[in-house]
Amino acid sequence: MIRVLKAGFYTSIQDRGRVGFAQNGVPVSGVMDSYAADVANSILNNSLEDALLEITFGGCKLEFLVETIICVSGGDFSATINNKPIQLNSRIKINTKDVLSFGKINFGARCYLAVKDGFLTKKVLGSRSFYQNITNQIIIKKGDILPITTFKSGLETSNSAIKIKETHFNSEDIYCYEGPEFELLKDHQKEQLLENIFTISNDNNRMGIRLNELIENNIPSILTSAVLPGTVQLTPSGKLIVLMRDCQVTGGYPRVLQLTGYAINKLAQKTTHQKLKFIIKSI
Amino acid sequence: MHKKPTYKPFGNASILIEWQAIIDEEILNDIILFKEKIQKEKSIVVADFIIGYNSLTLKYTNEISNYSDEVESLKSIYKQDFKLQKTEKFLWEVPVCYDLEFGIDLKEISEKSNLTIEEIIKLHSEKIYTVFFIGFLPGFLYLGGLDSQLHFDRKPNPRLKVAKGALAIGGKQTGVYPEVSAGGWNIIGRTPIHFFNIKNDNPCFAKAGDKIKFKPISLEEFYQTEKEIAENNYIIFKTLLND
Repeated sequence: MIRVLKAGFYTSIQDRGRVGFAQNGVPVSGVMDSYAADVANSILNNSLEDALLEITFGGCKLEFLVETIICVSGGDFSATINNKPIQLNSRIKINTKDVLSFGKINFGARCYLAVKDGFLTKKVLGSRSFYQNITNQIIIKKGDILPITTFKSGLETSNSAIKIKETHFNSEDIYCYEGPEFELLKDHQKEQLLENIFTISNDNNRMGIRLNELIENNIPSILTSAVLPGTVQLTPSGKLIVLMRDCQVTGGYPRVLQLTGYAINKLAQKTTHQKLKFIIKSI
Repeated sequence: MHKKPTYKPFGNASILIEWQAIIDEEILNDIILFKEKIQKEKSIVVADFIIGYNSLTLKYTNEISNYSDEVESLKSIYKQDFKLQKTEKFLWEVPVCYDLEFGIDLKEISEKSNLTIEEIIKLHSEKIYTVFFIGFLPGFLYLGGLDSQLHFDRKPNPRLKVAKGALAIGGKQTGVYPEVSAGGWNIIGRTPIHFFNIKNDNPCFAKAGDKIKFKPISLEEFYQTEKEIAENNYIIFKTLLND
């Protein structure tokens, strides 16, 4: 068990999300940066399906009520155990009553706490990912007790750490494929889309990220059709929205680009005012 | 007859299959039939299906290694003429209270349309609607078949909070908000029925291709039904449809 002493800005339990329920209108959800989450689970020899705590911008303080091994990955929010700094992407032994805290943000927007064998909150529709009206909770709050198992031995802790490339957090390049409606764009609109540098607006969350700069738009709405995490929609106002993991399953705005799986993870580590540039890859 | 579907990559792990861009029940039936065939042949590699008015999106479990080979294989599945297991389609009777307490936009619609509130209720509840697909929110059914006299533009400023079960009209469409949500459609009533219930194995009772009929009920009946649902004592009336 883990007791939440401080919940932080936006902390939720996430795994790989809900598969097989799109026909009922259920969003995928799941970890925003699945690359960092996979690193954390892999370091603990967990299954990649195991649930983690996704901590957005830190501010979170947790007390362990059992022994376990943890790994913190993704953004660097100056994690400490009992006020002693710990290394990211490394196995760390936890004793009962240890307190994990997060402080100053050094880089990234989301960090992941993996515990041996994962967080064991209830699965709903095949996933533990928090989502409104599907799970009881959307975010964790102060005083919550989060279920994890006791883990005493069998996995060596280690001072060595894997390093996630810095470009994962600081590169502006967002690779994508042409979206289903890309061809409806005129050449000068394609140029705007692929040559401009875009800025993340303050309207950004797990559902989607709105960008500030406008694209001239005269293509009509489409008949409502599928959208996916990583779909870039061009709205009638000319604003672009990049859909993220909690996005709805259908939409009516033209889908001009589709991010690569890895690009969604990179974008998940960016926040308000940060810049990005779309680069097209071919299928 | 509609044209054959076309195929587009949608990222590197999904394929978008599109039909002619019209809202048409024949197209819907073709989409559902194709979906069932793919489900039968490719359930190991296709993890999720998303139906739209004129589209079917296949989400693969992994990156598609050879897109053109995959499209060829889908084309041959489309051509297959095997007898499908008969999928049961149902007509669901959904009780709706059109009382002004719930139908908060009925007066405005009545004024704009020169129809009395009784006429609006009659026009709305006499039609049988087709479930085209589910999207927007878990359990939000996109219904086709709204009488043209009831086509009303969405509100210029969406409400921040629309009640769960609110029955609404948005443009040429009608539908029920399955949960409390922001929404820009015109509210004409409320149903006590849950359109999405995670406690059920199949969280949404209806599926694409099913039909819906709204049955007007009084305020008393609304509260009575709501109580029966809360006590797990209510079964939605359904009729098996034979094609």
